[in-house]
Amino acid sequence: MSATKSIAPGRPRAPAKIRRSSVRIESLIVLAVLIAVMSFGSPYFFTTANLFNIVLATSTIGILALGATFVIGSAGIDLSVGSILAFAGVVGAIFGSELGLPWWFAIPACLLAGAFAGWINGLVITFGRVPAFVVTLGMMGVARGVALLMTNGQAVYGLPQPLLWLGQGRVAGIPVPAIVFVLTAIVLHLLLSMTRFGRHTLVIGDNERGARAMGVPVRGLRIRIYMLSGLMAGLAGLLTMSRVNAGDPTAGMNFELAAITAAIIGGTNLFGGRATVFGTVIGALIMGVLQNGLNLLAIPSFWQQISIGIVLVVAVWLDQLAKGERE
Amino acid sequence: MLQLRDIKKNFGAVEVLRGVSFDLGAGECVAVVGDNGAGKSTLMKIITGVYAASDGEVVLDGQTINGTPPGDIRRLGVEMIYQNLELASQQDVTANIFLGREPTRKVLGFETGIIDFKTARDQAEEMIRQLGARLPSVDIQVGNLSGGQQQSVAIARALTFSPKVVIMDEPTAALAVREIEHVLQLIKELKARGIAVILISHRLTDVFEVADRIVALRQGVVIADERRDETTMQDVVAHIVGAH
Repeated sequence: MSATKSIAPGRPRAPAKIRRSSVRIESLIVLAVLIAVMSFGSPYFFTTANLFNIVLATSTIGILALGATFVIGSAGIDLSVGSILAFAGVVGAIFGSELGLPWWFAIPACLLAGAFAGWINGLVITFGRVPAFVVTLGMMGVARGVALLMTNGQAVYGLPQPLLWLGQGRVAGIPVPAIVFVLTAIVLHLLLSMTRFGRHTLVIGDNERGARAMGVPVRGLRIRIYMLSGLMAGLAGLLTMSRVNAGDPTAGMNFELAAITAAIIGGTNLFGGRATVFGTVIGALIMGVLQNGLNLLAIPSFWQQISIGIVLVVAVWLDQLAKGERE
Repeated sequence: MLQLRDIKKNFGAVEVLRGVSFDLGAGECVAVVGDNGAGKSTLMKIITGVYAASDGEVVLDGQTINGTPPGDIRRLGVEMIYQNLELASQQDVTANIFLGREPTRKVLGFETGIIDFKTARDQAEEMIRQLGARLPSVDIQVGNLSGGQQQSVAIARALTFSPKVVIMDEPTAALAVREIEHVLQLIKELKARGIAVILISHRLTDVFEVADRIVALRQGVVIADERRDETTMQDVVAHIVGAH
């Protein structure tokens, strides 16, 4: 199969046939099949209103999954995003409603709170040499606990009106969170595929020791990757807070499961080195369609948890099967 | 060109290097030989900045370079080709050749961090062509290449930025006979261009073909530093195993 033809000196460039495909075609097929099945299953599924619903529901998980794409691409893991989402939302709500500050203070407050938690994750992982799994599992507890402490376990209500537009508004009928999701995805796609930061993210996921030997500043890079993941959790917290008009310390429970699943079924290599933002967006849409479709088909929500778990394991299993064939 | 002055390294209570000194001139090839555990790899990692020396100095062109991060040492002109090559297998050939030193685009004079893909690809192709390496394309993932082809990529990476010193750690260990010839030929070409080469090898036939000097390490010290034409293979083997 791999008939090796050499580049003869002076010959024009060899055809760039073996470029990395930007997304695994399988996930697109799965998405198409799911949409087809759901459309047959429910007359309400393939309507403009419902499709907007799906994108709206996908946006929160999707934004978390964008962060997970970088983290998992670098052979890391971030289990704390659901808790950071809640923590950032609470911080934002306090800034927006209780401190008497201009309403827009809530926005940087959410984002900075998220990035700060991610920064702590990154510091402990790199300088403390504690495995990411442990650090972010710890942060999962800490961020949630701090959010509960700050609010005495009660949601913070009464956000300023202009802020609610972020979660509830529409532009030309399209929900604002969906627009934010798409714009963020575009920016992060460019970051991952066009910049040294993105390239090095995948390289340290592929061969960290080699990257270090070649002069890639691995520690600083890792810290920035976890900060990015925290920032995404902060953004998701901002949108959630604005949608439900409250900083809820119990928001985002188990969202890390869905976010990681979306990134993995989008083709991110669980062991690092390969990831695309477009793939993750498709992965998140698969999750959204699955959830929405199960709702429309009146299947109890407990089954959604089960289906997400199964989808995650099956996606990794299929990936391992494909890898086994290659080797 | 490169001087090692009394390099010491201990990991906890274990002394791996106990005062290693030798010089390397431009266009010279020094072979570093020694049994497993003699301290060869540790010494090389100190030169490239991956490890910090416990004591002693690495001097390049009169400038002390130990304590400098690996990326900066590469920029000063010291490259190493690792035994396991240290490639990123899911990245393409171009990405691996430019790993850590991707050319970027400037916008209005500002550094953007955006990779200049075309420049990188063109230069990678040119480098592969100069080396006469047989690769299907510079766009192929390195993990899909054969061992010899991967070695070519690692060599291309080390030579793309006009190095002064190239360190090769067992470059012929995993290669077929014809590929070994190719690597030895390459070392001779590097010497002719005034590039200093440190060759780590267990294959003494290779060492005697290309090295000008042979430095034998045993238990973290230099026990012999001899010109190739003033020693014999038997002597070198004796140094390595400690029969003298």
